[in-house]
Amino acid sequence: MKIFNLFKRKELPPATAPVARERLQVLLAHERASPAQSNLLGSLKQDILDAIARHVAVGPDAVKVKVDKRNTTSILRIAVDIPGKVNLTKAA
Amino acid sequence: MAKVLVVTSGKGGVGKTTSTAALGAALAQNGKNVVVVDFDVGLRNLDLVMGAERRVVYDLVNVAHGNAKLHQALIRDKRLENLCLLPASQTRDKDALSEKGVARIIKELRTQFDWIICDSPAGIERGAILAMRHADAAVIITNPEVSSVRDSDRIIGLLDSKTERAERGERVEKHLLITRFDQARAGRGEMLKVEDVLDILSVPLLGIIPESEQVLRASNLGQPITLANPMSAPARAYSDAARRLLGDEVAMNVPIERFNLLNRIFGGRAA
Repeated sequence: MKIFNLFKRKELPPATAPVARERLQVLLAHERASPAQSNLLGSLKQDILDAIARHVAVGPDAVKVKVDKRNTTSILRIAVDIPGKVNLTKAA
Repeated sequence: MAKVLVVTSGKGGVGKTTSTAALGAALAQNGKNVVVVDFDVGLRNLDLVMGAERRVVYDLVNVAHGNAKLHQALIRDKRLENLCLLPASQTRDKDALSEKGVARIIKELRTQFDWIICDSPAGIERGAILAMRHADAAVIITNPEVSSVRDSDRIIGLLDSKTERAERGERVEKHLLITRFDQARAGRGEMLKVEDVLDILSVPLLGIIPESEQVLRASNLGQPITLANPMSAPARAYSDAARRLLGDEVAMNVPIERFNLLNRIFGGRAA
């Protein structure tokens, strides 16, 4: 019977190109968005830090900026550590 | 009006130097005054692919530093009188090239040539940025393979941000050249299709260069493929791409080897 196997159509390996295509699309969608985003966060952080430092003495690590991405909107979360008790309402 | 064209890819080994030589020769064969400039300082190879490695006296870095005049460094091709090569330096390190020096050289080349083709080094570092800096147009070389497509995407981003044109708010005209393409494998789903690559990168297609043993044969001989074997499939693909760069409408196809007797007899002997 083995001789007949020679005439059997060789089974084609599964196509891999569609996998490559999909992986690239997912990856590049992510990579295209991220460089600009990280610059935005960096410059935002610096601006916030500069503004606060004009009024209160804070270190360079005092400001933490984070973006939570949702489906339709993103939430920008800013946390600032200010040393000691500061009465913000009094300051001017 | 002179045009500065950068041949770039991000990834190494995809065919930048081969394509620079082939497109440069094809544009010269169309009667244009062409200079091909090797920007790969420290790892020059365009001289070797063009068959001019023994004629290099002065190089790009010498001219950039003012140690040689431009005309002393330019090497005129022995086959095409309207094709010149400006070689890169082999001994200097990659930081030897100054931005001012490059700007001055490109400005001077613009007065002498119709096409200035800059062969970029691989990567996204200083050398690659210098090569694209003054470009009016770019040919992005991509293999139908994931890492090459990803790197091309990075390079496209840099063309849109780091070039002089981008900084002036103008666009660099971009063209995609797919190299080492295998029609049969793409048909069987083993290789990304041309449409897949175009979909992902969204850059207009300049041409499709089929995978071919003729390319290695030409580089062995130090001849641009369009001169070594003009009737071969990759040579015809490069010639079509060059005509598209000149604004001609050429139907897009993947050339296949023609196995006729005359081609067998004469095709491989052209020198």
